[in-house]
Amino acid sequence: MSETGAPQAGKHRAGKTPLLLAIAFVALAILVAFGFVVRRWQPLLASDHGAGVDEIISYLLLTTGVVFLVGHFVLGWCVWRFREGNGEANQTTFERPSKRVEWAWAAMPLILFVGVSEFGVVILGAPVWEKIYGDAPKDALHIEVVGKQFEWIVRYPGKDSKFGKVAPEYVNDADNPIGLDEDDADAQDDIVLRGEMHVPQGRPVVVSLRSHDVLHSFAITHFRVKQDLIPGFTSRAQFRTIRSGKFEIACAELCGLGHYKMRGFIHVEPEAQFKTWLDQQVGYFQ
Amino acid sequence: MGFVRKYIFSTDHKVIGIQYIVTAIIMAFAGGGLAGLIRLQLSNPDGAIVSPETYLSLVTMHGTIMVFFVVSLGLVSGLGNFLIPLHVGARDMAYPLLNMLSYWTVVPACILMLLSFLAEGGAAAAGWTMYPPLSAVADSVPGSGMGTTLWLLSMALFIVSFTMGSLNFVATILNMRAPGLSMMRLPIVLWTYFISSILGLLSFPALTAAAIMLLFDRHLGTSFFLPAGMVFADHVLPNQGGTPLLFQHLFWFLGHPEVYVLVLPAIGVAFDVVATFTRRPPLGYRTTVYSLLLIAFLSMIVWAHHMFVTGMDPRVGKYFSVATVLITAPFGVLGVNLLLSLWKARMRFTVPMMFALGLISAIGAGGLGGLYLGTQTSDVYFHETYFVVGHFHLMIGTVTLLGTFAALYYWFPKMFGRHMSTALGKIHFWVTYPGMVAIFIMMHYQGLGGMLRRSYDPSVYDYNTPNLVLRLPITVIAFVVLAAQLVFVWNFFKSSIWGEKAPANPWDSASIEWQAASPPPHGNWGEAIPAVHRWPYDYRLPGASEEYLPQTTERA
Repeated sequence: MSETGAPQAGKHRAGKTPLLLAIAFVALAILVAFGFVVRRWQPLLASDHGAGVDEIISYLLLTTGVVFLVGHFVLGWCVWRFREGNGEANQTTFERPSKRVEWAWAAMPLILFVGVSEFGVVILGAPVWEKIYGDAPKDALHIEVVGKQFEWIVRYPGKDSKFGKVAPEYVNDADNPIGLDEDDADAQDDIVLRGEMHVPQGRPVVVSLRSHDVLHSFAITHFRVKQDLIPGFTSRAQFRTIRSGKFEIACAELCGLGHYKMRGFIHVEPEAQFKTWLDQQVGYFQ
Repeated sequence: MGFVRKYIFSTDHKVIGIQYIVTAIIMAFAGGGLAGLIRLQLSNPDGAIVSPETYLSLVTMHGTIMVFFVVSLGLVSGLGNFLIPLHVGARDMAYPLLNMLSYWTVVPACILMLLSFLAEGGAAAAGWTMYPPLSAVADSVPGSGMGTTLWLLSMALFIVSFTMGSLNFVATILNMRAPGLSMMRLPIVLWTYFISSILGLLSFPALTAAAIMLLFDRHLGTSFFLPAGMVFADHVLPNQGGTPLLFQHLFWFLGHPEVYVLVLPAIGVAFDVVATFTRRPPLGYRTTVYSLLLIAFLSMIVWAHHMFVTGMDPRVGKYFSVATVLITAPFGVLGVNLLLSLWKARMRFTVPMMFALGLISAIGAGGLGGLYLGTQTSDVYFHETYFVVGHFHLMIGTVTLLGTFAALYYWFPKMFGRHMSTALGKIHFWVTYPGMVAIFIMMHYQGLGGMLRRSYDPSVYDYNTPNLVLRLPITVIAFVVLAAQLVFVWNFFKSSIWGEKAPANPWDSASIEWQAASPPPHGNWGEAIPAVHRWPYDYRLPGASEEYLPQTTERA
């Protein structure tokens, strides 16, 4: 081949390129797959529905992994086998496959991919989706989390189990960050915390999410929880923890300069310990 | 014709195509430079390279410039302009003057976009998706001042230009085909440009509307995207009645089809480059065309898979998930057809062919990754992580760029009558393909580790500790890949002047554009428009007198 690559009829010596390409495709596929198999990146699982999420991820890793590897092996093999100048592999004429054969090659991936992908969405996914967005269990603990640039404000309803009224006019970053109404009876015993929340292990938790500035997203990676906060709208996240510990709450939706450090903590404690902690808390206007 | 009419305010599609490509290369310096700064910041844990506000501007502008001003301009507008009239055997576009206008509308769009770096508060910083309220309320982030206004004006101009261009593409392909060139004799690459232009025409107006509404919210006190009760610095905003979710719907109504506007032409390029260098027609011309149409249709009805966790009705989420993952089926057909088009080939390993083969590999990696994000439950975990970043960089970064490079190396002799250097081209390939795949696969690993995107400093979170290991390797490879692009740029400009002279049909291609002189004169075809007698893939036909039969060869 000349330096500039103009092919001259009948002189297509492929050189080392096909071998290198074949090796590159196969090696790359194996390396990529290996990185996913090791999978040491994924943080420890700490919630009930999270097991379902992880199961779907495993299912997808397995199915797409096989397709990815087989595809790259075929690619590598074709590149090596059908390089020009490889004797019998290069026939001088090419017989086009029949229409039937072409449709068959279309039908196979159609059926395969519809099957694989919808199995993940409908069969495996729907029950988990129901856990994430279904009706809240009756014994659930209700907590409110308000996102503001750049912190999480956590509110418990207090002894009366009723959240007091809030209004944007009362919002005052220094001493009333979510705008509680001081004249509302229900608001008196509301517990307000900045950047920290406590939940009992094993009990379902429903978190109402509000924002009064920009978009945020309430993300607890260990719980496989992620739920946007939209101003003007109350969204909801629910989960049931399966292990105790202190986990990080992150903001997953770009919310401004401090987005990267909008960090909070969630403490998962045994029920008794949680009760003790809750009893020690003082109402906001008490 | 004077110099100005011939090379600057030209109505010749070939000149305009090259103008677009050169503009895209210039913008790529900006986009690539921003990528370099982002990587520097991310892999420098002990000290700040840039401030948080600059960092947000960097990611916002990198995304915008790369998607709209590099890939859209280079691959879609640039190559589309150059190729379409030649491929349909026409003398020029259907509306040459409109074509000139569309290019000269995008130039001020580019200038406005770059000028926004000079605005007070810096360039736009709300992410390339420009979600309000962050982008609507000037107090929410410094870049949401003048920088965002310039961003919106630039995008509005860009869309006007892109719409004119798409209209021209569709009209040319429908009305200007040479005698005998039926739609089912078009090369697959032209089908992809045709379908992507229609998609662009249908989806871009949604973003125009969103951009104008956002401008109104910002400057005229309307509340399209702003609800009641928003508080900034203890001060309640007067807005009421809007919702930020409306913007997200409008944005993704464009944003999702836009992915296919960019990816389909790259795949089309691969089909045609592969056909020439395998010396056989692609497997399944019809099934490929039907799959492209199906993908285009599905791409218009799945936009809200970008919004699974916004709190929309879970039943709606389920619908969008079911519909989204259906796209893997026609995409799988494209993948299998492309892959098995290598079967029984006589493969010639030219530089464009190498890039096309790399593209096939990248489609595999990128396309399969999409399944994790389209499946609603796994998306809850992967949403807004580096998995998403890695995924879309494989699809609308790697696949589109490998396609653009394959196309430029392939059609360069037609553009300039000269060859690009093979030696430099091979260096470019051996860094770019493995490098880009490595970078973006490692980002998938980080996403699996839960690392969130658009984060100035991921080390703030303890759970990111294992993910941080990959920061430095990604940055190092990114800089090597960026450097290799300089080799390409040098090769491109050097070869356009000093490259070895190429004959009219240097690759022995059967497709019609190679029957024109290189470079084609104004009007492309000399005295008579060529008559077309066959499709563009007659290679190694049994019983034929030649190894390949150009489209202009009469049927026996």
